[in-house]
Amino acid sequence: MVKITYDGQAFECREDESVLDCLGAHGISVPSSCHAGVCQSCMMRAVHGKLPAKAQSGLKPAHVAKNFFLACICHPDKDIEIAFVDETLQKFPADVLDISRLNSDIVRVRLRPRQPMQYSPGQFIRLYKDASTSRFYSLASVPQLHENDIHLHVRKMPGGIVSGWIHDKLHTGDVVNISESFGECFYLPGHPEQGLLLVGTGCGLAPLYGIILDALTHGHRGPIQLYHGSTSIGGLYLIEELSDLSKAFPNFKYVPCISAVETPPGFASGTVLEVAMAEHADLSGWRIYLCGNPEMVSNAKREAFLAGASMREIYADPFLPTVSSAVACQ
Amino acid sequence: MSSLYEKIGGEPAVNAAVDIFYRKVLKDDRIKHFFNDIDMEKQAAKQKAFITMALGGPNKYTGLDMRKGHAHLVARGLNDSHFDAVVEDLGATLKELNVPAESIAEIAALLETTRNDVLGR
Repeated sequence: MVKITYDGQAFECREDESVLDCLGAHGISVPSSCHAGVCQSCMMRAVHGKLPAKAQSGLKPAHVAKNFFLACICHPDKDIEIAFVDETLQKFPADVLDISRLNSDIVRVRLRPRQPMQYSPGQFIRLYKDASTSRFYSLASVPQLHENDIHLHVRKMPGGIVSGWIHDKLHTGDVVNISESFGECFYLPGHPEQGLLLVGTGCGLAPLYGIILDALTHGHRGPIQLYHGSTSIGGLYLIEELSDLSKAFPNFKYVPCISAVETPPGFASGTVLEVAMAEHADLSGWRIYLCGNPEMVSNAKREAFLAGASMREIYADPFLPTVSSAVACQ
Repeated sequence: MSSLYEKIGGEPAVNAAVDIFYRKVLKDDRIKHFFNDIDMEKQAAKQKAFITMALGGPNKYTGLDMRKGHAHLVARGLNDSHFDAVVEDLGATLKELNVPAESIAEIAALLETTRNDVLGR
């Protein structure tokens, strides 16, 4: 019988058992739905050992290359060691270059990883306060513009252990540990004429900002429309940078939205989703990026889908079941 | 004999069907309230597994899965009329994808065999 090692424990896997069955039999619950290799909710990663080819059927080449597999259709014929995808992120140190204020409760953290880092703007990394405490933060920087440096936007959460530490204790010259990047929410070159709709609240702007800069850097020609919302002007940030960007690039439109108070000139009135959807009755063929308040993201997915956007064109960091896009900056 | 799943083009065809079908379901006043407050990605994955099963593609759904998976909806009043609505929406989806009427009838007949399990009877 082959052995499956997970989290330091080895389990014997019978021939008629899938990895999903075997882990389940030992009390390790893997998110799953179809049990037929179709829905991909049970995706895991092999960290040692050789996977049977069938266990990776239907996965994207990038995932195959990283030894991801589907637990429900994986019947290992050799010993393997496996982990949940978000447990396998490589960890390395980075220098804190500076921390600057973006608005009253959001700062930008600039880090320089001590090893070359490949990432797509809009993905997120794990930032460790210590070995056991970490949070996910989205990448607002772009390799072509910021070289080796990465930018995070961090909102100070009430009682936030990691965000409070970043705001109050972290300084230029400190060294922190971060993980390699992860997530599916990023710009995909190859469709330069496609419309891009980006809707975000608060520090949900971080990944969207990275995606916009990335798209413009790639010479995207189709419309790129950003709706960034908050209850008041004070909750928005990068207003000037985004306005300047919209002047420099005619295909980029920036719509700052204010929901709760009187709206000054230059700002749209209403929630960010109301404003965005009122201007986009037909989203067929568009690619949609959503980030921020979980309720907004969930409603926006539905409304964008009903307005004709394909499910596969709606991106909201859907990939880690334990991390919603909503917490990737807090 | 190849299954309808293979005949219509396997997984890519199912992917196309999921968007159309799910949009119909979310706009269907008879059943859309069952789909409030749910995670759309997870639901789409389920729709994909459902359509794959309906077309005779690879699946391992058992009657017990059907019972367990719908028990919380039965408690909220899921009945025959809702089951019919789903079958109808899937039929309309497949029609849009130019699946022949006789194949759609075949699929409806297959779904019919799950009715009592889905409705917890």
